[in-house]
Amino acid sequence: MSGFPHRHLLGIEALEPSDIQTILDTAASLKEILDRPIKKVPTLRGKTIVNLFYEASTRTRSSFEVAERVLSADSLSIATATSSATKGETLLDTVQNLEAMKPDMIILRHQSSGSPHFLARHVRPAIVNAGDGAHEHPTQALLDALTLREKKGRLKGLRVAIVGDILHSRVARSNLWLLSKMGADVVLCGPPTLLPPGIDALASVTHRIDEAVEGADAIMMLRIQRERMSGGYFSSTREFHIRFGLTEARAKRAKKDVVILHPGPMNRGVEIASEVADGPYSVILDQVTNGVAVRMAVLYLLLGGASEAES
Amino acid sequence: MNILIKGGRVLDPSRNLDADLDVLIEDGRVSQVGEKLKARGGETLDAAGLVVCPGFIDLHTHLREPGREDKETIATGTRSAAAGGFTAVCAMPNTEPVNDSAGITRAILERAAAEGVVRVWPIGAITKGSKGQELAEFGDLREAGCVAVSDDGRPVASSRMMRRALEYAKAFDLTVIDHCEEPGLTEGFAMNEGPVATWLGLRGYPPVAETIVVERDIHLAEITGGKVHIAHLSTAGAVDAVRRGKARGVRVTAEATPHHLLLTDQLVRDTEYDTSTKMNPPLRGDADRQAVVAGLADGTIDCIATDHAPHSVDDKKVEYDQAANGIVGLETAVALCLDRLVRPGLLELRQLVAALSTHPARVLGLPGGTLKPGSPGDVTVLDLERRFKVNPERFESKGRNTPFGSWQLTGRAVATIVGGRVAFQAR
Ligand SMILES: [Zn+2]
Repeated sequence: MSGFPHRHLLGIEALEPSDIQTILDTAASLKEILDRPIKKVPTLRGKTIVNLFYEASTRTRSSFEVAERVLSADSLSIATATSSATKGETLLDTVQNLEAMKPDMIILRHQSSGSPHFLARHVRPAIVNAGDGAHEHPTQALLDALTLREKKGRLKGLRVAIVGDILHSRVARSNLWLLSKMGADVVLCGPPTLLPPGIDALASVTHRIDEAVEGADAIMMLRIQRERMSGGYFSSTREFHIRFGLTEARAKRAKKDVVILHPGPMNRGVEIASEVADGPYSVILDQVTNGVAVRMAVLYLLLGGASEAES
Repeated sequence: MNILIKGGRVLDPSRNLDADLDVLIEDGRVSQVGEKLKARGGETLDAAGLVVCPGFIDLHTHLREPGREDKETIATGTRSAAAGGFTAVCAMPNTEPVNDSAGITRAILERAAAEGVVRVWPIGAITKGSKGQELAEFGDLREAGCVAVSDDGRPVASSRMMRRALEYAKAFDLTVIDHCEEPGLTEGFAMNEGPVATWLGLRGYPPVAETIVVERDIHLAEITGGKVHIAHLSTAGAVDAVRRGKARGVRVTAEATPHHLLLTDQLVRDTEYDTSTKMNPPLRGDADRQAVVAGLADGTIDCIATDHAPHSVDDKKVEYDQAANGIVGLETAVALCLDRLVRPGLLELRQLVAALSTHPARVLGLPGGTLKPGSPGDVTVLDLERRFKVNPERFESKGRNTPFGSWQLTGRAVATIVGGRVAFQAR
């Protein structure tokens, strides 16, 4: 047994720094499997995992699917379009029906904040939160942390700017928890309409992006969702880009070796300029590989993989 | 019906009475309050060591019948009221159909006469179907038995409509009860706006969305001379508005619920999105909560009301933002206030009894709320030392949706007497 002290992964908030350390260390060591000619180990043979996605997310879902395949778990993916959810069946009914298959774990992506907590109370399998509403997206924060740790050698003491739509972002919340637990210095930036009350408890806040990125070790750009553009949160995408977007000139205010993270998919010319997105600071490809590695680590730690993991 | 309630401490705020006395009820009315009274037939209830109060009246109950008998009926809702110490409930009109006409009011009263164990005072709608478009027929509603008008559950958004309602209601001496919420600021909310909602990623209802409408209603009551009663007030701003309104003589009264007096939005986080913490208005932050307690203690808030809102398990056993708003309150309200407000000294027992009996009767001009001879024989008997654990599975209400399950409380109603008949007695 792994001895990981949690049955579910519902959010970063509930984790201790030592838990985060364990997940990152495990991910770092499992990552090597992805470089092997045969990318498959028998660790989770006989375990059944259901990927239940109520929101479209090719990126996150395929990352979990790859992690499951590498660890030899039996897995099944259900996306809203093909599920009975569209017929008005409740989340709980859907999951209780799936329980007939005796899954060991359910990976849930859902638009309602707290839906993984709700499931964890009412069903048997372990629950992994793959993004719930505007609440948390823990594996995204973990993969960002793994990437930062690889590039910078540490998390403690790093200056990280998180820029954009903080209000609606689960990625921002999970990263804020993780980075502050691990001793990084976080500065949040966005228009006041997109900065929710109380968010300054774990970070400093500014409305000037130049200030936010000044001397930063890392800049995390959040996606501006299309529906926000008509929601009265800011006047136009043009003005947003000018006032809050990450341009080449702004990126230069950060440290020379700054790392720029984006959870994707990007809106070029809104939150991020193309020359930055395609520039030398971008670590998008590392994020993809590390996404698989942290998800392997999470599955392994929660399902208590057998010790032949490294064989 | 006759009954002699013997040897209790009689606490009647309507007459500033607090003394060890007997209460005799004959033919359904209080006939005497005095020493060493003798029963002339009928039951005797030994109230030694207990507190004998005018029957408690809940100004804000959702009985759900007609239309949602799966959630509650007049029979189960009034049994729940009796078990909690209430001798009367004011039934909110957001039934299906909405109680916006005399025929529906009469049907509710007929059902209450047949199956209710406590008095039911119907509240009519302000607008037809509570749609906010056309005024309901206040005269007909009053004549059929409505004691107030309200669009609770679908608050009056239009200031013009609220103004007309306050004016028109004067002709029939009706109080307008308003659920104060500016919908433009609360769209899609799941809880109070603030740091807790931020961390939980839930959409917030800012306290000011309530305060703005309370201010509006007070100004409208002022220019119209109408009577407005603020339902389930929950913000410091609203308390302040009511306090200032009263000071300048506006005809405004207000109620607060036990949950807004005792709980904060932190509970949503502590319970990890438990939907029994979800209601409208939502649980607020601690500064608002304390202001509401202070407003009750200084008399700005007249009444304690439950906003009893039973829901089926299916309506609550869903994702937090999908869950129905509201909790059941009739069977816990009195005990919670005794244990958490009176015991710690935040409120005097006399004040609590007034907020549950004399004041609600006065706010809507209802009979009762007093033990003066000649008044209805409605009595609530309290045992301040009775210890019990809240067990939702044993509620008389059909609803189990409460955040107070398993709370250990000291003090509760042990007998509820309606028109001289014992409607509930604790074993
Ligand atoms: Zn209401």
